[in-house]
Amino acid sequence: MNSYVEHAHGAHDEQHDHHDSDKQTLLGFWLYLMTDCILFATAFAAYAVLYRNIATGPAGHEIFELPYVAIETAALLLSSITYGFAMIAGYRGNKSAVLGWLAVTFVCGAVFIGMEVNEFHHLIAEGHGPQVSAFLSAFFGLVGLHGLHVTAGLIWMAVMMIEVARRGLGSVTMLRLNCLSLFWHFLDIVWICVFTVVYLKGAM
Amino acid sequence: MFGKLTLDAIPFHEPIVMGALAGGGLVGLLVMALITKFGKWGYLWREWLTTVDHKKIGVMYIIVALVMLLRGFADALMMRTQLAMATDGAMGVFPPSHYDQIFTAHGVIMIIFMAMPFMTGLMNIVVPLQIGARDVAFPFLNSLSFYLLVAAAALVNISLGVGNFARTGWVAYPPLAGIAFSPDVGVDYYTWALQISGIGTTLTAVNFLVTVIKMRAPGMKLMQMPIFTWTCTWANVLIVASFPILTGALAMLSLDRYLDFHFFTAEAGGNAMMYLNLFWAWGHPEVYILVLPAFGIFSEVVSTFTGKRLFGHTSMIIASGVISILGFMVWLHHFFTMGSGANVNAFFGIMTMVISVPTGVKLFNWLFTIYRGRLRFEPPILWTLGFMVTFSIGGMTGVLMAVPGADFVLHNSLFLIAHFHNTIIGGAVFGYLAGFGFWFPKVFGFKLEPKLGKAAFWFWQIGFLFAFMPLYVLGFLGMTRRLNHTDNPAWNIWLYVALFGALLIACGIACQLLQLAVSVIQRKKLADTTGDPWNGHTLEWSTSSPPPSYNFAVIPQVHDIDAFTDMKEKGVAYAAPAHYAPIHMPRNTAAGIWIGGFSLILGFALIWHIWWLAIVGLIGIVGSMLARAYEKDRDFYVQPDEIESTERAARLQRESTVATPA
Repeated sequence: MNSYVEHAHGAHDEQHDHHDSDKQTLLGFWLYLMTDCILFATAFAAYAVLYRNIATGPAGHEIFELPYVAIETAALLLSSITYGFAMIAGYRGNKSAVLGWLAVTFVCGAVFIGMEVNEFHHLIAEGHGPQVSAFLSAFFGLVGLHGLHVTAGLIWMAVMMIEVARRGLGSVTMLRLNCLSLFWHFLDIVWICVFTVVYLKGAM
Repeated sequence: MFGKLTLDAIPFHEPIVMGALAGGGLVGLLVMALITKFGKWGYLWREWLTTVDHKKIGVMYIIVALVMLLRGFADALMMRTQLAMATDGAMGVFPPSHYDQIFTAHGVIMIIFMAMPFMTGLMNIVVPLQIGARDVAFPFLNSLSFYLLVAAAALVNISLGVGNFARTGWVAYPPLAGIAFSPDVGVDYYTWALQISGIGTTLTAVNFLVTVIKMRAPGMKLMQMPIFTWTCTWANVLIVASFPILTGALAMLSLDRYLDFHFFTAEAGGNAMMYLNLFWAWGHPEVYILVLPAFGIFSEVVSTFTGKRLFGHTSMIIASGVISILGFMVWLHHFFTMGSGANVNAFFGIMTMVISVPTGVKLFNWLFTIYRGRLRFEPPILWTLGFMVTFSIGGMTGVLMAVPGADFVLHNSLFLIAHFHNTIIGGAVFGYLAGFGFWFPKVFGFKLEPKLGKAAFWFWQIGFLFAFMPLYVLGFLGMTRRLNHTDNPAWNIWLYVALFGALLIACGIACQLLQLAVSVIQRKKLADTTGDPWNGHTLEWSTSSPPPSYNFAVIPQVHDIDAFTDMKEKGVAYAAPAHYAPIHMPRNTAAGIWIGGFSLILGFALIWHIWWLAIVGLIGIVGSMLARAYEKDRDFYVQPDEIESTERAARLQRESTVATPA
């Protein structure tokens, strides 16, 4: 017997350790988020190219209502903190607190999406739909892409609440909560960029 | 009820299309009849279709690639035939509306559905074995990626019989690809096929990046990874960084087409040139995604068949990295004629030329590896030598076109067509075919018949020169790409020569099909009982051929770059441990097939505006994902006594042919 085989044994046992496969999943999820980040970057680039092309339609400062968007933003930012509280409760093994904080997060996220849908509806009703100009196409494209992500996050969160309620806080469930946490905070960061580049810059 | 879909969508009036459909249908029926006759449906389902074994998924990828190679090559033959016949004002066989679909389908199929799955298949088979892993990081995701590719490939082929494919060229530039100029479903087939396969490709890249980062055998440092694994890793970095750009660009194109947005339209402030920029910000890295793994294959082949360590292992890794990074800084050379101004064009021209430096480093590394080695002229080395000459020519014509002034003359001429076939066939395809012959014995336990392999190579190599060198001439004579018919007598002779070359390549492909058949028949004679038929350097050769499902009974310990050569030199290869530990393995699952199937339904429904069916597809996808997430019994353990008996059988087989190293 020699070092070639001896070492291998320990290594193999380690390789399928749960802790190890959790790390793989988290790394994989991070990489997925980076691809998503590039997708958002593409949408931002398109917006940057097109935002002056208002054709016959309105410019940003004519349609953006900063106070309204500020409330929307506050709801989403708040949901990030409350998700963090859910994770802390999760690490403590406090199932009912996890469910409570997830519910608060869900409500904040739903408020954000509801306000966004209302804003879109309002714009389209006023005749400022995405068909009017390249600027509005890029605006609806970028903000809508973020909105679709948040909606997917809400559906995922609803599924996770059922999972936590039924299965408790096992290692697989915690790993999934962790991935959703990354996803949720990522969308928050993207929104800060949307808020800055689209709304603040547009309203000025 | 069925959106835009009516019976008129089936091209009954086109005899060539209907003939192709009938032929394809008959072959399909014959295959199914044979499977039924031999009672193999259950075997096929359990052992192959639902598998999560990276080696079997790799084999299925390559089967798809070879089938699509035949389809794409048939398109190529049709184009060359048309152009050889439609001279001096004659109209040839194919009317423009059909011919335009052929060249579009040829490009899309060869790049997305032939080259990509071929590369992904080889990566699937080889990378986990080379790093001493038992599978990829996410085996189910791997199966899912494959079925997304299958769904996309199915969409492209359905377009042959239901509706039509895009007539825009494989790049689908707006405004031509916009709804105003392409009102039919062709472009929608194109976008949804690319979207679905693109998601699969992105997932594959994430999967393999995690695999090489987290699952290398103990002792294997990053810079000690085998060079094929390294080049695949660079390709995967390029995939995760570039494919989302394509996803975004095509999504915007679809919004323009479906919901009347104005990203790329010619009115309301849309900007068609933005599509070109986004498309090539993906498209240029994409060609390095195709060719870098091929460079890796050539490196493995050269070092194995010279019996030497690869010259400049580290510089090869760095050169691949430099190519990857520079690959993101050259996209504008695809449209110097856009009019970005002299300074912008000069920047992109110079960056393009700079890429030839790391590529040159690689070429010299291969030459220095061969220098004073004992080269064994097996078919994989023939492909490698053919590549080194052919690819160099393609590289030089590329540098020539990197001069913006020259490009203004040569842009979209047949010179360009000759250039990129020179690099993609001479680089990527030759590489995959070398890898196919090189790793075939590892996967199936017997070598490919070498004589027919050599004949195939020579037909391909000579056929390639006959088919594409005339295109350089035609480019200089002023012939542009995508012409349906010509009326310049000076071009005729070169068009005939090009057709002759394509026919020679057809002979090469015939030799390869024959080679497969002959090799299967002579598999006893060609058997590889040792697991190491070429005296290989890396870990995939240290296990049996074909490898057991768990790859390695004991995960090897790595001490050097060429880990298996190191073991053989120290006399510790094939060392068996005193006892085996149970091995944890994932169970097969059909979830990937379900998700792929519902993706196909979703894609088809979106193409034909059948909204209720699209909702069915979407719910099906989400439902299958949830079902998979809550599936019980996802893994199992291979028990030590089973490993013991498998390993003993492999050992006996090996020792019956060669004496174990002392």
